[in-house]
Order: sequence, then structure tokens, then C-alpha cells
Amino acid sequence: MRFIMKTNYYQDIRLFKYRSTFFWYLALVSGSLILPLLLDEYLISQLTFICMYAVAAMGLMLLTGYTGQVSMGHAAFFAIGSYTSAILTSKGVPFILALPAAGILAGVVGILIGRPILHLTGLYLAIATMGFAFIVDEILIRWESLTRGNMGFYVKPPSIGSLIFDTEIRFYYLSLVILILTLFAARNILRSPTGRAMIAIRDSEVAAQAMGINLAKFKTIAFALSAFFTGVAGSLYAHKLFFINPESYTIILSIELLAMVIIGGLGSLHGAVFGAAFFIFLPQVIIMTRDYMPVYLQNQTGLEPALFGLLIILVMLFEPMGIYGRWLKTKYYFEMFPLYKKDSFKREKKYQKAERR
Amino acid sequence: MDVVNEILQTILSGISIGCVYGLVALGFVLIFKATEVINFAQGELLMLGAFISYSLIAMLNFPYWAALLATIFVMGFLGMLLERTVLRSLVGEPVYAIVIVTIGMSFFFRSAVSMIPGWGTDTYGFRTPFTEKIVRAGELVISWEYLAIILITTALILVLFSFFRYTRIGTAMRATSQNQLAAVYMGISVTRVFSLTWTIAAALGGIGGILLSPITFVHMNMGFIGLKAFPAAVLGGFGSLPGAIVGGVIIGVTESLAGFYLPEGWKDIAAWIILIGVLIIRPQGLFGIQEKKKV
Repeated sequence: MRFIMKTNYYQDIRLFKYRSTFFWYLALVSGSLILPLLLDEYLISQLTFICMYAVAAMGLMLLTGYTGQVSMGHAAFFAIGSYTSAILTSKGVPFILALPAAGILAGVVGILIGRPILHLTGLYLAIATMGFAFIVDEILIRWESLTRGNMGFYVKPPSIGSLIFDTEIRFYYLSLVILILTLFAARNILRSPTGRAMIAIRDSEVAAQAMGINLAKFKTIAFALSAFFTGVAGSLYAHKLFFINPESYTIILSIELLAMVIIGGLGSLHGAVFGAAFFIFLPQVIIMTRDYMPVYLQNQTGLEPALFGLLIILVMLFEPMGIYGRWLKTKYYFEMFPLYKKDSFKREKKYQKAERR
Repeated sequence: MDVVNEILQTILSGISIGCVYGLVALGFVLIFKATEVINFAQGELLMLGAFISYSLIAMLNFPYWAALLATIFVMGFLGMLLERTVLRSLVGEPVYAIVIVTIGMSFFFRSAVSMIPGWGTDTYGFRTPFTEKIVRAGELVISWEYLAIILITTALILVLFSFFRYTRIGTAMRATSQNQLAAVYMGISVTRVFSLTWTIAAALGGIGGILLSPITFVHMNMGFIGLKAFPAAVLGGFGSLPGAIVGGVIIGVTESLAGFYLPEGWKDIAAWIILIGVLIIRPQGLFGIQEKKKV
């Protein structure tokens, strides 16, 4: 356990808490730069998906994990990002402009949607955003002149200048760079006044208001930022798959994104990446174990989703704080080494005191 | 006259579908009121109920009413089992963790159903006493299948209402949903109330399943009806039992009218547009009570 004597307030909001943290992140980045040279194409494409979903989950994390506003409609922003980028590049707009445009349009829609439903909280907000996602999905199906409806839309591989991202490795590096930029941006947003206002809103709206935080303004900003990142991820997704149709952006995707954020660990940027990795790698691991199953189970198509559901239940049962919670505990264990107690993180089980009618 | 008949017919079928939405919504609301958890697996409980009643009727040749009773018992038992094995150990943990567990359960049930021998991924149907029977009221032709849903739901609401109003345990459940701590002080076993809540919610899902299956048939994706029941529950105020049924009926009627009179595509989103509209004007739903914000 390290203790630093803080001598000024800026130490609280430094990008890296300790000097060694910076070193470890640098090691992680260089590791992920070397990694694709050692893996086969299939695994690289899975890593690309992790980067992509991590960007989207990061968007949702800003909204749900840091501002405390639950959204079950992020598939809509993802879809808007995908379609904006696909349509713009098909019209000849370069990818380097289409990518931010996808994010910006999603962000603008986020403001338009976020503004009128700001006063909703918790469950009601979740359901309202879910309704919004259904409406967007239906628009994508019906606006055939623009989106080609259920026929689907073919997307070109992205290119910047003369560099075309058409191989798995190149696309992986593209996604990785965007993920790192997103992480960097998110980390910086969170230590800025805006980010701290968002966290204050999550912890107590009343207290935040008393501190002079304009709830409507910062909730809208959170919505816009969140939609922006998710839109960027959507753009990457479209260019990765080459073919998109409205079926990829159903409520299941929204629920998956939310589950990613929660399983990863709410209120931590690590959690978004952990959650994305969990959602991409676990099905792969399940497929690998398939050969060791009884013959009757091997032939079932429902085996993977069933096991996946079961594992989600088990993970939450044993670690309700998400993977990041487990990470913190492990870290704490080694820092405290002989002194760690089993109950260090034990929460008091309490009955809800909320007065409801 | 024809136009009036047409509208009445559409509204009636809307009401009966709405009753099923209402039943699912009732399950959501019951669990939410008691434990503050949204049970995403409620639609899947309906699907399980439909599959169980299908096996009982089509495979084991149970009479309809016996199958209905048996389904209620089996589903109730399953609900209790779920609460005991999975949800009880999560009491006191953050609510969102529990919500994710219910999402995991819904994934699991949906896929597990396809693995059980005799169930699988196909679509099934079974005969009920109401199949191919109609009632004529003037020019109006009503199918018994629709009428049965409305009647059984009404009876069920009356039973539930008197249960919550007049029995000791019903009162205990209402008390728990108002203030858990106070309920514990009064000597109510909150864990037993939770257990019973899940039992009732699962049984309601089962009844919804057996009622819905003559109309949509039995298949593994039936559970997605749960997504339609969300707006129903929210419209009713997510905390009010009659509100859930009224919300369900509103959603059902809207959907059926939109499907009949508006261009294709509106049917699926009409309910959501109404929901968002209502929420913008009345954030607490139609029957919800505005809560004072506490510091």
C-alpha cells in the first residue's frame, strides 16, 4: 500500500495517480501493439471487436457509470453511427471525415433525445430510451431510399489517404488507436469540471444542484458525449463487417451493452474494456469447451447462449461489483499481502428503506 | 355499421392481447414493488408456462383446466426455486447486479428450452375448449379464444385484489413494498415475502403463457412479449397493480388499431410513441404517484 502526501489539489485529478501507473499503461499499450504479430487472423478480428465494443461501452459507461443515467437504447446511437458512416463513405466522403461525422450526428441525436426525457429517472429513463431505440430501428427498416431497409447496406473498407484498412491487422491497429484515443478522452473528461459535475450528479442530484451544478445542462452533455462515443464505435462496426442491416441493432444489442458495462464494473473505465472482453471472449471459450460436452449437448444450437446466460448469472452471483471489483480485490490482496482479510470489501446487507406507496 | 363492427372487433382483440401484456406487466410490477428489481426474465417465464401447458395438453392429454392449474403450480414452484437458489443470495447487493442476473436468466431459459427433448425450436399449438368457437352479439363476431383471455384475466385480477386486500400475508406484502425496514420491525419475514412475490409473478407468467398460446402459438421467442409489457407497466406507473392491467390494455388496443389502420411498421412502435409522450408529460406514469425527492 502506497500513501502519497498530497501537497496541492491538482494531485487529486492527475491523469495517473502514481508514476508507475503510467509505466504499466505504456507496457500494456506496447503489448497490445505487438500482440497481433503473434496471433492468427481470427483471434485478431476478435480483438478488433473487443476494441470496438469497448469504445461503445465507454460511451455508455460515461452515461450510466458516471452520470447515473441508465440507457437501454444505445443500440440506436450505435446504429446511427454505423449508417451515417456507411452512407457518407458510399457518397465519396473520406473515412477520416465520416468517422467523426458519425459520432457527431449520434451526439446531436443524443441531445435531441436526452433533452426532453432528462427529468425521467432510473427505470422510467431506461424504458423511454428503449422505446427510442425501437423507433430508430423501425425508421432504419422503413426509410428504404436512404438505408435500403432490410436489404442491408454494403460498406467499403475504410481508408485514410492511400492507406486502406482491408486486412485484419490494419483494422485492428485502427480500432486500437481509436480505443486509446477514446480512453484518453474519457479519462480527461472525467477529471475536468464537466466530468466531476457528472459524478456529482450520479452521487446525489440534490447535492449537485446545491453545489451550483446545472442538472439539465450536464445531463445533456453526458448524453451527447455518450452518444458520440457509441456512434464512433458504430462507424467502426459498419466498416468491420462490410455489410449492415437493421437486424444488427436490436434491443439485444442495447441490453448487451448495458450488461457489458455492469459486468465490467460500473463507474470505472477499466470496466468498459473488461466487459467488452468478457462478451467477446466468453462465447469463444464456450465454443472451445464444446468438444468435451456429452454428445447430446454437443448437437444443440442453443448450447452457447444457454451457457453464456448461466455464466452471466454466476459471475454476478459471485462478484456483484463486476470484474473491476474483483480486480480491485485482487490488487488489494497483493498490496496488503499478509494482512488481507476476507471481509475487507464486505458490504452490509441492508433492507431498503425507500418509502414507496 | 360495418365500420363500427370493424373497430369494435379490432378493439376487442386489442383488449385481449392487452390483458396478456397486463399479466406480464403485473409480474414486473409485483417484483419491482417488493424488491425494486426489474425482472427481465418475466417474458421467458411466460414462455416456459406456455411450453409446460403444451406438454401437459398435447403430450400427456391433460384437460385444459387441469393443465391450467398444473401450470400455475409448476411455474409457482419454479419461481420459488429461482428466488431460493439465485436471488436470495443477492438481497442487499446493488439492484443493477440483480437486474443483470435476470437478464442472464432470460438468455438461459430461451436457449435451454430449445435443448429439452420434445420442445425444441419449432412452433407448436394445442387445442383448448375455446378453439374455433365464436359468440355472436348482433353483427359482432367474437372468438371465444379472445373472450376467454379477457374473462380469465378479470377473474385473476379479482382474486389478486382480494388476496392483497383481505389476507394477512397479502397485507404483509403490501407493507413490505412500502417500507422494508418497518415491515421487519413488525415481525414480517421479508425473505418469505420475496419468495412469495416471485412465486406469484412466475405463476402469473405461466397463466399468461397458457392464455397467449392459442393466439401466437408456442415457440421459444414468445418471451419477447415481455418487451411490450414494459411500456404497459410504465404507462400504468410501475408500482400500481391496476395500472399495469390498464396500461397493458391501452398498449394492446393501440397496437391493434395501429396495425389495422396505419401503414405497415407503425404497429410495433405505436406503443412506444405513446409511452414516450406520456412520460414527457407525466414522468410517473398514468397511475403513479409523484414521489418527493429526498436528500
